[in-house]
Amino acid sequence: MSKYLPLWPDQASTMAGQVDALYIYLLLVSGIMTALIFIGVAVLAIKYRRVPGREAHPIEGSLILEIGWTVIPFFVMLTFFVWGAVLFFEERTPPVNATEVYVVAKQWMWKIEHMEGQREINELHVPTGENVKLIMTSQDVIHSFFIPAFRIKQDVLPGRYTTLWFKATKPGTYHLFCAEYCGTNHSGMGGDIVVMEPQDYAQWMAGGPALPLQDTGRALFAQLGCATCHRSDAQGRGPSLVGVYNNQVQLEDGRTVTADENYVRESILDPSAKIVNGFKPVMPAFQGIVSDEQLNALVAYVKSLSEPPTGTAGLQDQPAPSPAQPQKAQVQ
Amino acid sequence: MASTAIPVNQAPTPKLNYLNNGHSLKSWLLTTDHKRIALLYLISVSAFFFLGGFFAMLIRLELLTPEGDLLQADTYNKVFTMHGIVMVFFFLIPVVPAILGNFLVPLMIGAKDLAFPRINLLSWYLYVGAGILFLHCMLNGGVDTGWTFYTPYSTSSNTNVVEAGLAIFIAGFSSIFTGLNFIVTIHRMRAPGLTWDRLPLFIWSNYATSVVMILGTPVIAITMVLVVAERLLHLGIFDPALGGDPVLFQHLFWFYSHPAVYIMILPSMGVISELVACFSRKRVFGYKFVAMSSVAIAVFGFLVWAHHLFVAGISLYAAMVFSFLSFVVGVPSAVKVFNWTATLYKGSVSFATPMLYAFGFIGLFTIGGLTGLILATIGIDVHVTDTYFVVAHFHYVMVGGVLMGYLGGLHFWWPKISGRMYPEGWAKLSALFVFVGFNLTFFPQFILGYVGMPRRYWQYPPEFQVLNVLSTAGASVLAVGYLLPMIYLLWSLRYGPIAEANPWGAAGLEWQTSSPPPTFNFDETPVVTWEAYNYEDIPAPKELEAPVAR
Repeated sequence: MSKYLPLWPDQASTMAGQVDALYIYLLLVSGIMTALIFIGVAVLAIKYRRVPGREAHPIEGSLILEIGWTVIPFFVMLTFFVWGAVLFFEERTPPVNATEVYVVAKQWMWKIEHMEGQREINELHVPTGENVKLIMTSQDVIHSFFIPAFRIKQDVLPGRYTTLWFKATKPGTYHLFCAEYCGTNHSGMGGDIVVMEPQDYAQWMAGGPALPLQDTGRALFAQLGCATCHRSDAQGRGPSLVGVYNNQVQLEDGRTVTADENYVRESILDPSAKIVNGFKPVMPAFQGIVSDEQLNALVAYVKSLSEPPTGTAGLQDQPAPSPAQPQKAQVQ
Repeated sequence: MASTAIPVNQAPTPKLNYLNNGHSLKSWLLTTDHKRIALLYLISVSAFFFLGGFFAMLIRLELLTPEGDLLQADTYNKVFTMHGIVMVFFFLIPVVPAILGNFLVPLMIGAKDLAFPRINLLSWYLYVGAGILFLHCMLNGGVDTGWTFYTPYSTSSNTNVVEAGLAIFIAGFSSIFTGLNFIVTIHRMRAPGLTWDRLPLFIWSNYATSVVMILGTPVIAITMVLVVAERLLHLGIFDPALGGDPVLFQHLFWFYSHPAVYIMILPSMGVISELVACFSRKRVFGYKFVAMSSVAIAVFGFLVWAHHLFVAGISLYAAMVFSFLSFVVGVPSAVKVFNWTATLYKGSVSFATPMLYAFGFIGLFTIGGLTGLILATIGIDVHVTDTYFVVAHFHYVMVGGVLMGYLGGLHFWWPKISGRMYPEGWAKLSALFVFVGFNLTFFPQFILGYVGMPRRYWQYPPEFQVLNVLSTAGASVLAVGYLLPMIYLLWSLRYGPIAEANPWGAAGLEWQTSSPPPTFNFDETPVVTWEAYNYEDIPAPKELEAPVAR
């Protein structure tokens, strides 16, 4: 990529090559179509230019041509649609074994929290070769997490989670942009995605004291008094949360919902929105009481209750954080 | 057919026409003559165009360097917001229907005026009122939400969102009334013998546009009222902090604003059909398919709004449905381009300025349309949405398409509107400036978008500078291309050669009356016994023959 006149973005994720392949196909087809029309117009306009003594021939039209240039472009477009939809399906379906990272956006910064408890601002360190899933929310307006070198983007909304996943392939530092206009410093709300070899990443991750996110969540769970009702022996006033995440929940109104991140989030902030069958709406709402970061920790903890006891997904084999080294970036 | 021959008895004696029938300011400001109202629109819409253009120049100058240096960040955000609002709501939406449509719809169907002349005048006053309200909003600090007003940013922004929203609300009624007027006029006031399948394609496309106007515009009006209600009364509609849903706003906004793209482009497509027919001296190839494609665009245009929301948090399957429907709406647009191209076949093609604009339209709209297909491909849209790729795409459609159609039409009907010919040499030169300047401005932005420059950026990483400099250079050329017509068209009002009733030898009832037409358009109501575009019955004017043949 030329430094002064970049004509093509870096390819640094598994998605990048796939998006580029489809894009090249679309450019080829579009290029052929444009050339056909440009050449067609030019040739016909010159060949049939006005000369004395030559009259235009009235022509009504041609049903066969009309059907042809309705149906053929439609089928060409269908190939765009199908290829694009297949790719989109992959872009929007995070692999189950992905390492999770929580992202909180606010005007005008990105706050990142790794499961291990490492925090960063406007920087995200990730290893190559590993599936990473971002669980994102915003504290204020809509933002959009955009990494051109990975060819991915997802709006980040207040009041709910959206997710984005990728697998980085090439070490380097890449742009992170906010792609949804968010006010004064929108164009400054960017940063770096630092892709590292796994061993460098492990070393970086080891660099600082950090409490794993689910442990922060467990402490909050006790501190906020959640544990008194949501007892693991299912004898409490609230449902036991063991094994709930990612499973079906039967609601009082007869509906069944999947307990995903947004469900857990909503059940903390506004518990009466969805009441689990057999329970009473007695839980207080935590809207305005827990911050987005605390909420992320609680969600991470609830999720950990549905996992095998060895620990969180992803990086549980990493060496324990050493308190001697300085923290990479401290939030707030 | 002998009945369509050009009247040659155009005596130089000043005949009473719509222009010299009353000279007082009152005779203009209280007129109910659709032609005078069209001129009122011409003046006010042009003023807004130059205002929007001024904002565009500020944007391009700021982006000349990667640092934010010319404007403050907040000022820049207001400038691109007001560029968008002025250009979309006060220029692109009214430009072709309210100027050319207003002038031509009654003339083309052989009517004395629109069905509701006073409502037509009211439309203009609403437009001007909305415009003044927006100017007031601008001078009082402006608005910085982007023309898209996305919530909850627009709920929390401390700029004049309420006033801008009300201006758009009022401008919307201007557009609804124009649409209503056109629909009733086209249904009820066609000349005897002018059946639906004899209508000029410009009428068909304005009819389709009008349907979109009256069905779509109320939705943006309601949406703006809801934003205002949320700001003033703190009703939780869109802001999650108040219990609302921000994505709901995007659905409502685009339910109007995507069809609004067709409000802009359909009338221009109608112009292109007229131009291609006249300067090929042939009936438009596949007339019925071109007419029906306008209707198909209007209908399918309502079903694709969520393609603006592919990364906004809609479900996977919703995205797939809207992707598919977006391809479907591409088909009738492609049909039009193929038919215009085929119209040239065995024609007698001349290269007067309006035809150059028609060629420009076909070229730019083809690129705009095909890049639209790239954006409809969801796997790619994830990468390019909200980048300069989108900016380039919609400028190709809205500026490349709408403005080429408008300028082509303005030159084509200028002799009818003003009674004077424009200077052909200058007009060709400025058409060249527009085409070259346009491509130089917006083509680099496709590349800029794919390499990842997000839109609405006040400052950007230095590696994007060369492409931005190219774009700014192009914008300067484009500005010259837009200023020239204003100068020479004004000049022609006094010094241009007197125009005959039908200088192009064109088919269409508007060419059968004098230039400029009398107040009630026709001395006697025409009776139509021929199909549209009966060019075989009309002699071609000598001066339009190709230079090589002279």
